[in-house]
Amino acid sequence: MGKITFIAHDNTEQVVQFEAGDSLMQIAVHNGVRGIDGDCGGECACGTCHVIVAREWFDRTGTPGDAEEQMLSMTPERAKTSRLGCQVKTTEAMDGMTVRLPEFQM
Amino acid sequence: MSTQFQAIEVIQTKVVNATSKVVPMHWQIRALKQVVKAKKKIFGPRRPIPEFLEAPIPDVSTLAIEDIDLSNPFLYRQDQWRAYYKRLRDEAPVHYLKNSPFGPFWSVTRFEDILFVDKSHELFSSEPLIVLGDSPEGLPVEMFIAMDPPKHDVQRRSVQGVVAPQNLKEMEGLIRVRTGEVLDSLPRNKVFNWVPTVSKELTGRMLATLLDFPYEERDKLIDWSDRLSGTAAGTGGEIADDENLFDAAADMAWSFSKLWRDKEARRVAGEAPSFDLMSLLQSSKDTEDLINRPMEFIGNLALLIVGGNDTTRNSMSGGVLALNQFPEQFANLKAKPELIPNMVSEIIRWQTPLAHMRRVATQDVELRGQTIKKGDRVLMWYASGNRDERKFENPDDFIIDREGARNHIAFGYGIHRCMGNRLAELQLRILWEELLKRFEHIEVVGEPERVQSNFVRGYSKLMVKLTAKS
Ligand code: HEM
Ligand code: FES
Repeated sequence: MGKITFIAHDNTEQVVQFEAGDSLMQIAVHNGVRGIDGDCGGECACGTCHVIVAREWFDRTGTPGDAEEQMLSMTPERAKTSRLGCQVKTTEAMDGMTVRLPEFQM
Repeated sequence: MSTQFQAIEVIQTKVVNATSKVVPMHWQIRALKQVVKAKKKIFGPRRPIPEFLEAPIPDVSTLAIEDIDLSNPFLYRQDQWRAYYKRLRDEAPVHYLKNSPFGPFWSVTRFEDILFVDKSHELFSSEPLIVLGDSPEGLPVEMFIAMDPPKHDVQRRSVQGVVAPQNLKEMEGLIRVRTGEVLDSLPRNKVFNWVPTVSKELTGRMLATLLDFPYEERDKLIDWSDRLSGTAAGTGGEIADDENLFDAAADMAWSFSKLWRDKEARRVAGEAPSFDLMSLLQSSKDTEDLINRPMEFIGNLALLIVGGNDTTRNSMSGGVLALNQFPEQFANLKAKPELIPNMVSEIIRWQTPLAHMRRVATQDVELRGQTIKKGDRVLMWYASGNRDERKFENPDDFIIDREGARNHIAFGYGIHRCMGNRLAELQLRILWEELLKRFEHIEVVGEPERVQSNFVRGYSKLMVKLTAKS
């Protein structure tokens, strides 16, 4: 059990509790975090769970695979530390992490 | 398609691109039409153009499983599609049809399997075409919907800005005003056809806005698009004669080249760039010289108008029909207008305006115990996936507050997932917000008429009567 902070585009923060093992997308959707859609349900096939991980936490989220990389490359708001939330499986080491949400999901 | 013809078409495209600087694009297309006529005289057509005469479709339970043919363009019109899809989902979810007017093909009908095929773009290619049948002979328009990576990715990135949410924010006000104008002009307490008066009119206006196309000429956009997607050879549609497509393409090339040159001149004269497609293309390094690659130029523009035409139009009609077939949902909507965004997803799921996308296997693939051979055509039947009881509870019901309505497959998934999905949602949301402000009731009168196609699931006639709010 730990905490993750989602920061929306307008800087409003939502702090949510998580169980290690769920994906960032699942955690956001289950806690009603606005700004994440997760249309494909976690299949890395829609790109609507885009998050931008705080730089200092990025290494802890692992590396994006090829399919994720390709979906991200078509996201207009792509940033250096962008990830698809459904491809980031949370671990205990992510307690206290912050991630930003893009203005739009596409 | 024979490789001989493909080779000829590749050469044709090269010639067109090479001469585009000196010969106007629309002349080149008219010239191509003559080449194709001559070629057909010498070699005959590639594949005999199928002719479709409507006959009653047998009940699916009377057929042997191997004879079930989802390519029949009357399946939707005769309201047989649900039973046909269901039998395949239950008994042969990966199904091979040896003979059809379009040649042999595989059908994939379960949600989960469609998602797999759509995601696996290295196993299933989108080239050269995403409808079941053939493209108009000799008119190899290049659209990125029918390209594989890396070319697809580069082209998609260069045009997607125009329908990206950032841009839509700029356009929302304009779309709302234009929608309001149409709705205010509608007859009240009088029966009229919703399809041309509302659905077609609104999509035409939206496309004209997107392209900054001369507003008075916006009907042309719809006409071109209908002709491109309605051929008998491609989709089992009503347009039997491929040749009139060359005229549509030539007209389109002429109009779009003119628009491009106008924009260019205005920009050189110091006008601030706007948010329309041409302006965006001209301000990106990858596409600033797109006009010199005519088949790609027309392809990208055609893709936007075809992609944004039938689909949104038929969702605009489908929503009205759905709310009439499920009147308790209409009541719920009036009580809770905040459900509109979720309802929009449910409308798109329920209607699924495009029945399928086609792929070609790039290698032998095992799927549910069947071996799809390299080179085989595979159809992902989205319209079946969206009614798959393994994925959706009571899939045939229209439920505006359905949980997980957004998880439908009508936009496809993976790298080709609909680029215009946010625009489509925006238009439908605005339409329903503006309708609810004005009308107490929208009553469907009589049975709708559905179009002939195995690809587009749409309406040509939907008679309605409006009651204004008191
Ligand atoms: C309810 C409305 C719509 C539906 C149901 C729909 C459906 C689809 C589907 C099924 C695909 C192919 C997905 C795949 O192969 O995985 C697609 C692709 C596409 N759509 Fe839409 N569409 C709609 C509206 C629009 C609009 C309004 C536009 C643009 C103005 C548009 C432009 C495109 C483009 C450009 C592609 C090609 C994307 C690519 O290959 O990367 N669509 N659409
Ligand atoms: S939920 Fe679709 S890509 Fe993550």
